[in-house]
Amino acid sequence: MLLLLGALAIVGTIYALVNTSTAARAAGSVQSETAVEEGRALYLEGCASCHGLNAEGYTGVAPSLIGAGAASVHFQVATGRMPMAVSQVQVERKDPSYSEPQITALAAYIATLGPGPAIPTAEQLDTTNADLAVGGELFRTNCAQCHNFAGSGAALTEGKYAPSLMDATPQEVYEAMLTGPQNMPVFGDGTLTVGEKQDILNYVGHLQTQTQPGGASLGSFGPVTEGAMIFTLGFGLLAAAAVWIGAKLR
Amino acid sequence: MSDSTETQPDFAPANIAHHPRRTDVDPKAAKRAERQVATMFVLAALLVLASVAAYVLIPVDAGVVVPLLGPIGALNAALGLSLGLGILLIGLGAIQWARKLMPGTEVVAMRHEMRSSGEARADAVEAFDRGLADSGFAQRPLIRRTLIGAMLVLPLPLIVLLRDLYTAPEGALSPAEQLEETIWEPGVRIVTDVTGNPIKAEDVPVGGLVAAVPANLHEVEEEDGNLNARAKAPIILVRMAPDEIVSQQAPPEGEAWDYEGILAYSKICTHVGCPIALYEQRTHHLLCPCHQSTFDLADSGNVVFGPAARQMPQLPITVDDEGYLVAVSDFQQPVGPSFWERS
Repeated sequence: MLLLLGALAIVGTIYALVNTSTAARAAGSVQSETAVEEGRALYLEGCASCHGLNAEGYTGVAPSLIGAGAASVHFQVATGRMPMAVSQVQVERKDPSYSEPQITALAAYIATLGPGPAIPTAEQLDTTNADLAVGGELFRTNCAQCHNFAGSGAALTEGKYAPSLMDATPQEVYEAMLTGPQNMPVFGDGTLTVGEKQDILNYVGHLQTQTQPGGASLGSFGPVTEGAMIFTLGFGLLAAAAVWIGAKLR
Repeated sequence: MSDSTETQPDFAPANIAHHPRRTDVDPKAAKRAERQVATMFVLAALLVLASVAAYVLIPVDAGVVVPLLGPIGALNAALGLSLGLGILLIGLGAIQWARKLMPGTEVVAMRHEMRSSGEARADAVEAFDRGLADSGFAQRPLIRRTLIGAMLVLPLPLIVLLRDLYTAPEGALSPAEQLEETIWEPGVRIVTDVTGNPIKAEDVPVGGLVAAVPANLHEVEEEDGNLNARAKAPIILVRMAPDEIVSQQAPPEGEAWDYEGILAYSKICTHVGCPIALYEQRTHHLLCPCHQSTFDLADSGNVVFGPAARQMPQLPITVDDEGYLVAVSDFQQPVGPSFWERS
């Protein structure tokens, strides 16, 4: 076991020296060397079969992860989207395959490969001073076109879809805005500042926890689910009542 | 069906076997049914009273978790259940009353035939023929033709009057002209929607999307049609790697309309004018959620799917002295839905 760890450490160190020493310093990473090494070990075991031994990607199968950044790794792995179970048009959320420390290690390793968005800090995710009303306005301007006004998600083209935000943590929402997973565009800090992102996080949190005053939301998909409900349940009950009224008594 | 059915509708009980109900023969069953109906009416009254009590007692913001439905407002749930069940019980009681206790004898009522009797139909044909002969409509072509002429002229005032319902103010632009220009001008800065911040090129990452408006939007006063300006001016900025751009709307001999891979497109769908920002950064497709028109922003904003007939208008952009993104000119084709005067 020690031997294996030692071998991994040597391989990792050599790799870092040869390939990415400049990138590692440029990223200004405060992650310990051991985390990067552990991350590389995990990467080679669970990710390299598609993304390549040097994270260079494989055309048509998996994108290059050089410059993907820690935030992207954390989003993809913490939401269970990576590693993918099946290759399909839409990668779906599922239970994560890695523990939080393992994800952090993976993210630390990928961050050494090239500069990319870092995992948001606790300060960036702090919504105590966030404005709910502005968050709502920004959400409707920038997010609702795909994720629906209630954050319940909606269809895109050719089988793709924007997922529901009901299970997303503030960190995942923030990372998604920074990195643009799958077909989501990137919302950089230049046009959507950290403060504005916090407003949006606050609003998404409000959407997740609000009480539905009008009863069951039926997924907040609008007239589709509501109409289906009226047709099946409502008309069904009316038909049953008509049968009962007209039935012959003994 | 023959014409000879001159028989009166038969209201006599036909040859239907009469099965007396249990409530007809058993006084105890009848008594039980009576109690059932009365119980429903009493329950209905109590539920209606309970709805009043719920309205008074339950705070507006109280929530309750209902299985299957999740957390919902307690007041609305209580009002809906009590009032709804109360009204339902009145109806159920009335039907139960009719089914079990009101007379249960079978009654046959024959339907009338829909068509008139042969005599009436013959009368009608005869009257028409007599009218045709007496008026001389067939024999006097001069009268017939002048009458038809008069009837043809009759709708003319309607067209003139309807057309006059809209009077354009002095110097006003026609609807077509209004769509042909927006408030974008050379050098107008592109600012973020809602927050109004100017945008530098490096603020828009590759794969990025920005909802934007012209910086002069807030200078348009209400009497100058600020809502129309707002409706026509919104754009989206997207950025892609320059080698991903297949084509742009700029004329081949002129300069490209992007700025280092940043493309500006109108946000208003060319089908019926829904605002769209549903942008897929990998396929570069822009999808309208109203009718699924899909535009390829990497290829001049051309329609790749759906009912839209025209490409999404592109706004030529560049940067000013301070490095902020600005418009080079207004749109070079009308924004928004197609209209009839458009060539």
